[in-house]
Amino acid sequence: MNHLIPPSILPYVLPVLYGVVIVAVLPLLAGYIVLLERKVMADMQARLGPMRVGPHGLLQPIADALKLLIKEDIIPVKADLFLFWCAPVLSVTMALLAYAAIPFGPAFQIADLNVGLLFILAISSLGIYGIVLGGWASNSHYSLLGALRSAAQLVSYETAAGLALVSALMLAGSLSMKDIVQAQYDQGVWFIFVVPVGFFIYLVGSIAETNRAPFDLPEAESELVAGYMTEYSGFRWALYFLGEYANMVVVASIATTLFLGGWLRPFARYQDHLFGTSVELLDILPTILFLGVAVYSFWLAPKQPVKIQKIVMALVGGLCLVLAVGMAGALFAPDAVRMGVHGAFWFLAKVFTYIYAFLWIRFTFPRYRFDQLMRLGWHFLIPLALVNVVVVGTTIVLQQNWDWRHPMLTAIVTTAIMLGVAAFLGREDKQHQAAVEAPEP
Amino acid sequence: MTGSAASPITSVLFYIFALMAVASAVLMVTRRNIIHSAVFLITTLLATAGIFLQLEAEFLFVVQIILYVGGIMVLFVFVIMLVNLDVSLHLIQFNRQKYVAGVLAFVLTAQLLIAFWVGRSSLNLGDARAMDPKNTEAVGQALFQRYMLPFEIASILLLVAMIGAVVMAKRRV
Repeated sequence: MNHLIPPSILPYVLPVLYGVVIVAVLPLLAGYIVLLERKVMADMQARLGPMRVGPHGLLQPIADALKLLIKEDIIPVKADLFLFWCAPVLSVTMALLAYAAIPFGPAFQIADLNVGLLFILAISSLGIYGIVLGGWASNSHYSLLGALRSAAQLVSYETAAGLALVSALMLAGSLSMKDIVQAQYDQGVWFIFVVPVGFFIYLVGSIAETNRAPFDLPEAESELVAGYMTEYSGFRWALYFLGEYANMVVVASIATTLFLGGWLRPFARYQDHLFGTSVELLDILPTILFLGVAVYSFWLAPKQPVKIQKIVMALVGGLCLVLAVGMAGALFAPDAVRMGVHGAFWFLAKVFTYIYAFLWIRFTFPRYRFDQLMRLGWHFLIPLALVNVVVVGTTIVLQQNWDWRHPMLTAIVTTAIMLGVAAFLGREDKQHQAAVEAPEP
Repeated sequence: MTGSAASPITSVLFYIFALMAVASAVLMVTRRNIIHSAVFLITTLLATAGIFLQLEAEFLFVVQIILYVGGIMVLFVFVIMLVNLDVSLHLIQFNRQKYVAGVLAFVLTAQLLIAFWVGRSSLNLGDARAMDPKNTEAVGQALFQRYMLPFEIASILLLVAMIGAVVMAKRRV
């Protein structure tokens, strides 16, 4: 390959290739996250969910995308044309741009920036303009109210989420996404086990930042029709959806990198070779998983009601079989390839676990009222995150000075202190609220 | 980092960002609709951030976006949406004091030119590339070790301003 490409553009080839792959795959991925969401919702409500298009609704996202593409494009007469056109595009572009610094594996990253994490935070905070400008340009009261709510909510929860990330950053000692994962390998522990309170604050903050239930007030359908996207239809509406789901993957990737060990497999430092070969015991987990899914799909295939569904189900099984073979083959490939393939697998597995938690929370909790949302953010999460930074920072310094090496000790001490602080904040807030809501004497 | 600061791509990028910054600054002043002005202010700030990036000051680039574009401008837009836009559309945007404005502009230009002429010896800019790639750490160390006192004074000033704003808002409720 090195002979075909002139050396002056060689350093740009791989990043451009990765960029094209991400931009091409992401809309498909977003479509399937929508399907996953509908299926999980159906499961939790004891229904079947989409079942018609393809076996178990597996082709539903493609049908939806086609439908949205050919729908009529409606623009309100009194809308601000330029901004109305710009806003959804802005929303998607900013979400996609953030992928430039996300490490999907030790090598699969477009650019390893020195300020990687800050770059992702900065770019994803620009996505708000898609919502705010779209809501304003529609020239509708529902849209404007949705946009205003969104701006207030984002500014409040970004603070708490950012402060929560600081606790993990202090442990890693770097802003580069790659170095943060490497630090977790070197210290032999994922940061979620050292600063669980920081992870919890980030989880809540990231749900609010992506405007998802129970914090989906900008698009609360029972109050605002559809919030900022009331006047959008067809493909522009689809772009907003794509932006929202791409953003979900971004926040899940940040959480994965900072708290869940990035591309590292569980027990990354545990090494035990299988039957005397060069294969590590835990590296065969992905192969076993894909084999299991393949066998299950083949077992289900003859039971499908229609012939075409039988064929598609068998194809799904075949795809899993191919993936299993690929995972197994990567075990015997050179180290760089093996790390790349397995790293990407573990990274995506963690990202989807985080997204599953999002869906789970969405279908479990009722929506907050707007004043409750603000109170939770300002009276509880931000003070908690501030104390968390101080407590974790102090423990790290004490650790260095007293030769207090075990990370689990840090975890237990900081978590105990933080739970105490949380209980105190919760009680204070309850008393404050009781005083506010008490009837006038 | 692969490209060197002197490569043609970098200077082309500089001219693109500079043109963007100046053009959107002019548009920001001349637009009648305040929301459009705010959008052009945002693009000006983004283009300035681009120039920081092109100078390999990554930390400044990111801070410019997070603070100004992601924080302050969101609040600007938020406040603009709350006020009545129709009133501002009918306000007279420019007043007619052409001659006074011309004299003032002339004086200001002359001042700037004199300042450049007096300080021309310091205009010899060094090699902008001589920066450590890990300049984030350098910023942190400078702020928290060498310039600790000014940093703390600035923090207290901001805190006082914040408390003052809260007190003023509370008194009216």
